[in-house]
Amino acid sequence: MSQYFHSIRIDPEKCNGRMKCLRMCPTQAIRIRDGKAVIIEEKCIDCGECITVCPHNAIIPLTDPFGESSRFRHTVVMPSPALYAQFGREILPEKILAGIKKLGFDDVFDLAFTCGEVSFAIQEYLREYNGPKPLISNVCPTIVRLIQVKYPALIDQVIPIDTPRELAAREIKKEKSKSLGLREEDVGIFYLTPCPVKMISIKQPAEKGKSHIDGAIAISDFYGPLLSAMEDIEKRSYRESLKSICILGMGWAMVGGICRTLRLKNSLAVSGLNQVLKVFDDMERGKLKNIDFIEAYSCPQGCVGGSLTVENLYISYNKILKLIETLEFEQIKACPDIREVRKLYKEKYFLLEGKLEPRPLTPLDKDLTRAIRKRKEKEQIFKSLPKIDCGVCGAPSCLTFAEDVVRGDAEVGDCIFNLPQKFAELSGELSELLNKSVIARSHKPGIDNPNNKKDE
Amino acid sequence: MSDENIFSQRFEIRGGDFSNAGKTSTSIKEILQEVGIDSSIIIRASIASYEAEMNVVMYAQKAILTLNITPEKLHLRLEDDGPGIENVELAMKEGFSTATEKMREMGFGAGMGLPNIKKNADEFQVISQPGKGLSLDITIYLNSTG
Repeated sequence: MSQYFHSIRIDPEKCNGRMKCLRMCPTQAIRIRDGKAVIIEEKCIDCGECITVCPHNAIIPLTDPFGESSRFRHTVVMPSPALYAQFGREILPEKILAGIKKLGFDDVFDLAFTCGEVSFAIQEYLREYNGPKPLISNVCPTIVRLIQVKYPALIDQVIPIDTPRELAAREIKKEKSKSLGLREEDVGIFYLTPCPVKMISIKQPAEKGKSHIDGAIAISDFYGPLLSAMEDIEKRSYRESLKSICILGMGWAMVGGICRTLRLKNSLAVSGLNQVLKVFDDMERGKLKNIDFIEAYSCPQGCVGGSLTVENLYISYNKILKLIETLEFEQIKACPDIREVRKLYKEKYFLLEGKLEPRPLTPLDKDLTRAIRKRKEKEQIFKSLPKIDCGVCGAPSCLTFAEDVVRGDAEVGDCIFNLPQKFAELSGELSELLNKSVIARSHKPGIDNPNNKKDE
Repeated sequence: MSDENIFSQRFEIRGGDFSNAGKTSTSIKEILQEVGIDSSIIIRASIASYEAEMNVVMYAQKAILTLNITPEKLHLRLEDDGPGIENVELAMKEGFSTATEKMREMGFGAGMGLPNIKKNADEFQVISQPGKGLSLDITIYLNSTG
């Protein structure tokens, strides 16, 4: 088994090697080999950009199919708050939760409430913390992996509070097994996910051995059935339904939402992987030290922009924003009791179960002297390349190609611009061979005469 | 030591080019990651090279930054054509800066540049020729923990 589990697979039957993913991948983790895309596992951070860009749907997110819950005696679904932004404005969480339950699950849990608890826990942590700043939110697993791979220097600034989905799953398992007299493993917890990366954070958590969640179902797979299940649910008035919404929890669906609902003044919110890279570069250089907290998401606009959502990300972002504004205006706070949260916080209820460790990429060589030599070699190879990043060799850029060559994963001759040279070498060899054989033949008596051949 | 065990790269830094400021230190960080330098040393090298780079962007026209990596140490040498530093001792004090109001408005010129380099380097030498330029020599040993 490979070292890293990924929630993305490439279907070689469907892949036409069109190189869209090759160019899009922010960590240069894709190569085209024999006309098909392949993923370099240690470089992939599961952001899902390749899934979105592939014109043939050849890149498949490995979520659990809807309806794979029969091995459990009791099933509970927890939707990401991003689900609440996928429908019209009049369809509020209450109705959506009722719809999910109708689809054959034993229970449904409003994760927004736990998100609210964790918002308060973050607030508590920020208050006590006096280490290097800013602290970074760990809600987006892609960002956590990005830090492990590319910014190991920032790893101690990732907030060590567990995510709402993990905390909720842990508590549901405890409660349900107790109240129903079941073993914890008989209670199946399914997360309705806006993105494939949550799937890996379940199969291979970044910091601990095992997740409390049993499966993740794509919001996009769930959408159709849910829409029809909600059709005949009795309608309550808009205002009445607003009363059960935890405003802090709704903030978790979109970028900047945690900071806004907690009213964190000294915070920063960033989304979209390329923008996050810029902010982290600045952070690593020691800038941004006056900022307390950074909310960073790999998907543009936050979880509402996940590749497994249905609604246009700007529309769903706007829906969450409007909902938060309405709740602020109506002064509705169906949120957890902060005193209760403080008590739990003191008991270390919210703390991450393991410790996040860096996951630096394999260097060019284990031996530093050899690595330095290879790095020089890479520079020389790069200088000889056309630097137009055509991708024909199968690498996303000339620079990555040069690296592949020194790592022994590609040959200089794979570059199409080296073809004339390669051709010249080959033809040189060939003519030399021909000459030799001509000389050899001329020593054999009679062979020069075609007539002799006929006689044989 | 034979030359083949030294990796050397030159970077040109342009003064006043705030939009590209930081690119050189990012490139240096990436090179160090590729050869497998310990992350605690990479942090120190990135901060030192960033501060050196910003010094050029703020005060000089042009500079050459040379990175040398050997199996024992990292060495950064920066030579610029700026005004130099009149009083090096003063410039090494935290909080001292000759930055203009405009630079400070942009969040620079807190007087932490040279002190910050010193803090992150094992050896740090400033050679100033007022009116001609400045050269910085930064060494970080690979087996030290700073």
